[in-house]
Amino acid sequence: MYAQMVKSEATKDDPEQLAAFQARIDAGEKIEPKDWMPEGYRKTLIRQVGQHAHSEIVGQLPEGNWITRAPTLERKANLLAKVQDEAGHGLYLYCAAETLGVSRDEMTQMLLDGRMKYSSIFNYPTLTWADMGAVGWLVDGAAIMNQVPLQRTSYGPYARAMVRVCKEESFHQRQGFHIMMAMVKGTAEQKRMAQDALNRFWYPALMMFGPSDKDSVHSSQSMAWKIKMNTNDELRQKFVDETVPQAEYLGLTIPDEDLTWNEENGQYDFTEPDWNEFFDVISGNGPCNVDRLSARQKAWDDGAWVRDAMNAHAEKKAARKLAAE
Amino acid sequence: MKHLFEFLLRQGDNALVLGHRTSEWCGVAPALEEDIALANTALDLIGQTQLWLGYAAEVEGKGRSANDLAYLRDVYDFRNILMLEVPNEDFGRTLMRQFLFDAFQVPWLTALCGSSDKRVADFSGKSLKEANYHLDRSAETVIALGNGTEESNTRMQAALDYLWPYAGELFGEDDTDQAMQAAGIAVLPASIRNDWDTKVQGILSDASLRTPKSTFAHFGGRSGFRHTEHLGHMLATMQILQRSYPGAVW
Repeated sequence: MYAQMVKSEATKDDPEQLAAFQARIDAGEKIEPKDWMPEGYRKTLIRQVGQHAHSEIVGQLPEGNWITRAPTLERKANLLAKVQDEAGHGLYLYCAAETLGVSRDEMTQMLLDGRMKYSSIFNYPTLTWADMGAVGWLVDGAAIMNQVPLQRTSYGPYARAMVRVCKEESFHQRQGFHIMMAMVKGTAEQKRMAQDALNRFWYPALMMFGPSDKDSVHSSQSMAWKIKMNTNDELRQKFVDETVPQAEYLGLTIPDEDLTWNEENGQYDFTEPDWNEFFDVISGNGPCNVDRLSARQKAWDDGAWVRDAMNAHAEKKAARKLAAE
Repeated sequence: MKHLFEFLLRQGDNALVLGHRTSEWCGVAPALEEDIALANTALDLIGQTQLWLGYAAEVEGKGRSANDLAYLRDVYDFRNILMLEVPNEDFGRTLMRQFLFDAFQVPWLTALCGSSDKRVADFSGKSLKEANYHLDRSAETVIALGNGTEESNTRMQAALDYLWPYAGELFGEDDTDQAMQAAGIAVLPASIRNDWDTKVQGILSDASLRTPKSTFAHFGGRSGFRHTEHLGHMLATMQILQRSYPGAVW
């Protein structure tokens, strides 16, 4: 989801220390920043929390794309508030990652030079206003599936950040659903926009949970450490099972001819996304990868003089204060 | 009622146009904290727009809503001052403009709290809380960027020099202003000029910036007579859905 395909790091620590660490996790204790932790745990978490933070920041762009074109004052205010929440989530998450010994500026650099990733979903374009509905409904909906269990993750600062994030995300999902409701109750053109948005976002939303369990090589260590709480396929199934009735309620058609209710196991059978497309997107060939990163790079470069000036001003103020003492 | 309608449009359009410009920063500000702060400012301004334009629509009595006023008027019916519609350019100009406007809004809204029109007084009270906070932040930022580095000082001076000829419109006066004063609804904008001058001079001096000598002022926004070329582009973006799909409910 927000953190996809996070490679767990092998760890070369003392077996006794490792066993004691694992026992704490198994007992449900939270690991705090000053506690001993295996290097692999630290590195994996930095990658995961950093990727999650970057997703919040890059995720502002596809929605920011519609703030200036929102159709009413209420919608404009709601979307602004939502994108502002995402910046706030980015801030909590960068702070959580900083407790692991990596600064926000270092992580930003790693995002910009491609060493760190963000969720594949934000490499898809937002083309009509209905996409603001689809993103809230499906993308935030999928994010919630992943993040609710992460409130119980073993690393204290991450778990606590997730509690706040989840509250806001469920509000965003409702907001997205309301946009879709207005669209499907609207004109023929609005209904067409709503269906088109679902057609384009359905499979990318399913991809947010990461590759199928049989191809997901990084899960077991992360699950033992309680950095990852459920498998990709479990979460994807839960998402489909919850979303299909919502689409029916909206009168929209899920773009999957093979979607059927399976009486026997009480869940939907559905078509897997095109994993070749997924691997293309995460390796840089999604529809918007280049544009998203260059937008971030431009914002970073354009803002350099401001950050430099703020730092210089703060230093001068501190020096004056010191001189006065 | 015509004058009250005009007066309310001026308040609402100032908030709407500046709110929209500020919202253009979403996701691309120089730092995450600034992104959050700019979004917050934009949100406050859009909220204020809803109050003023909602009341304007009511006063007009033609069955239009705040959204109709925001999304279905063309350039010549907008009543914001020109300074608020010019492009953001860089973060320096954005914050300098915010400061010059906030330094007006605080004494202006303070005066409007004593309005004979209860709703004008109420909206002003609510908006004043936000304006005070905006002024603290924009003034602090202008000081920091004015004093930060040589580059930041140069950029802030350029922003000030560019915006200065537009600031005088804040203090325009016409029949509407006089009618509002006569009815006890508002004071004349010129009556708060000294407060503005003092505040602006003080902050610019703390920011190591030179106040431009010129007293020339561009007019045409608050009367709607002649906006800049920039407003039409802004409206083309902002109004696209309402214009492209007439009557659709979003």
